[in-house]
Amino acid sequence: MAEVLVYVDHVDGAVRKPTLELLTLARRIGEPVAVALGNGAEATAGVLAEHGAVKVLTADAPEFADYLVVPKVDALQAAYDAVSPAAVLVPSSAEAKEIAARLAVRIGSGIITDAVDLEAGEEGPVATQAVFAASYTTKSRVSKGTPVITVKPNSAPVEAAPAAGTVEALAVSFGKNATGTKVVSRTPRESTGRPELTEAAIVVSGGRGVNGAENFHVIEALADSLGAAVGASRAAVDAGWYPHSNQVGQTGKSVSPQLYIASGISGAIQHRAGMQTSKTIVAINKDAEAPIFDLVDYGVVGDLFAVVPQLTDEVNARKG
Amino acid sequence: MSLRIVVCVKYVPDATGDRHFADDLTVDRDDVDGLLSELDEYAVEQALQIADEADDAEITVLTVGPEDAKDALRKALSMGADKAVHVEDDDLHGSDVMGTSLVLAKAIEKTGYDLVICGMASTDGSMGVLPAILAERLGVPQVTLLSEVSVEDGTVKGRRDGDAASEQLEASLPAVVSVTDQSGEARYPSFKGIMAAKKKPVESLDLDDLEIDADEVGLEGSWTKVDSATERPARTAGTIVKDEGEGGKQLAEFLAGQKFI
Repeated sequence: MAEVLVYVDHVDGAVRKPTLELLTLARRIGEPVAVALGNGAEATAGVLAEHGAVKVLTADAPEFADYLVVPKVDALQAAYDAVSPAAVLVPSSAEAKEIAARLAVRIGSGIITDAVDLEAGEEGPVATQAVFAASYTTKSRVSKGTPVITVKPNSAPVEAAPAAGTVEALAVSFGKNATGTKVVSRTPRESTGRPELTEAAIVVSGGRGVNGAENFHVIEALADSLGAAVGASRAAVDAGWYPHSNQVGQTGKSVSPQLYIASGISGAIQHRAGMQTSKTIVAINKDAEAPIFDLVDYGVVGDLFAVVPQLTDEVNARKG
Repeated sequence: MSLRIVVCVKYVPDATGDRHFADDLTVDRDDVDGLLSELDEYAVEQALQIADEADDAEITVLTVGPEDAKDALRKALSMGADKAVHVEDDDLHGSDVMGTSLVLAKAIEKTGYDLVICGMASTDGSMGVLPAILAERLGVPQVTLLSEVSVEDGTVKGRRDGDAASEQLEASLPAVVSVTDQSGEARYPSFKGIMAAKKKPVESLDLDDLEIDADEVGLEGSWTKVDSATERPARTAGTIVKDEGEGGKQLAEFLAGQKFI
């Protein structure tokens, strides 16, 4: 059976959920061979094996942390040369997409980004994408070279599928461009203890109606009662009420959770582009004419400062 | 020696308009107004600010696209860029990111550059990988997704705010940069700027000028194929209630029914 390279997104050996989802998709088109780079690479092997990786190729070197993107491209290319895979699957994080794209140029292959589903097809894997602010669904495939496809979080279930997960050291030699962009310093983002926005099963977002940074605790309290991530509309972020890293929309994160709760968000195209593919959508807004109500499964026309705390109390009460 | 900045811009269908696909499954550009991609305005803005700081700089805006794409160039020129290059050729219709990036890279090399600045993504295709591909093709450092950027003594520095960390980056010129919408609000063209833009030079190039074969680009030369594009069905109308004191509880009831709580 053909092997499929899966690029592993991990933090010091802790594998992020979208990579496990990729393994589910990779098993539809072949045998997953994982590539884990950097500090903690070998520690990823256990969980990758549980989810279907037949092999885990690992490499660590200071270059991966000290220079931007290119050293990882060199390593992924080394894995590609060693395995000659039927496809290369990469999570749709900002960095991983750039790695995938540069690999595609080097190996003379087409690239599809931000797939939301992947199936085996007669002429290679068929990728589903949500485009034009998710108003269209396209099906595409790579027609030249080895398909390189990046996949958005929450595109497939995480499935247990025990496999060998044999760890093999990957020999990497860095090219002359590997050290072109130096990472002079790195400040880790402070953890909020909440789920990662793009990976969360539930997202609770606040917009213009939240009316001030000091009021966002109302949104956070609901999120915490549901174990959800917190999002914000561009209006709320531009006003300085919430960090840009939490922005949902065209120029922020694109999310696709099981449940999306929009509070005080009108639902402009810029916002819809980032949340329209959510499975269930709920909105609370004072304005009955807000476009967000065109998208909802359930909507409450009312003051979010009354409705949201009541909902939070009710959720907490039901949890007992 | 003058700092040569090339800003890559894209002419896109208005994201607030009703966007569709044409019969050949390329983006329909006829039935919706086009404009300079909003995210590229940030690239033009940062180019202008970097040029202001430099002793001597020249900003060229570059686009690949049909005749109408000149509108995007005019907008960038009216913001303050010095000159424009428009690559236009019927054989380019339907190019994917590999074809487009090949053309851009050749045009950038032909124009001459120290710094290439791009937006973070287009608002139509929204892949966000073109700057990285350009850096790969040009063989120069990529300094991408910056929310802050500056150039001094032949070095570009910037801050990249990632999911896990914020990174300070540094590279020697020549380099390819992309900037996010956090890099600073783009200026509006002034009346004077709009008038001045009409006199600024716009050079037209075709595939022959760039020594690119027609079969390397366009729909046929594309390395990806779109097999189908289906309009997403409108979401079925949901239940909407007016809060009369019990709205939060009613919502909780709905969520419980859907097994979320």
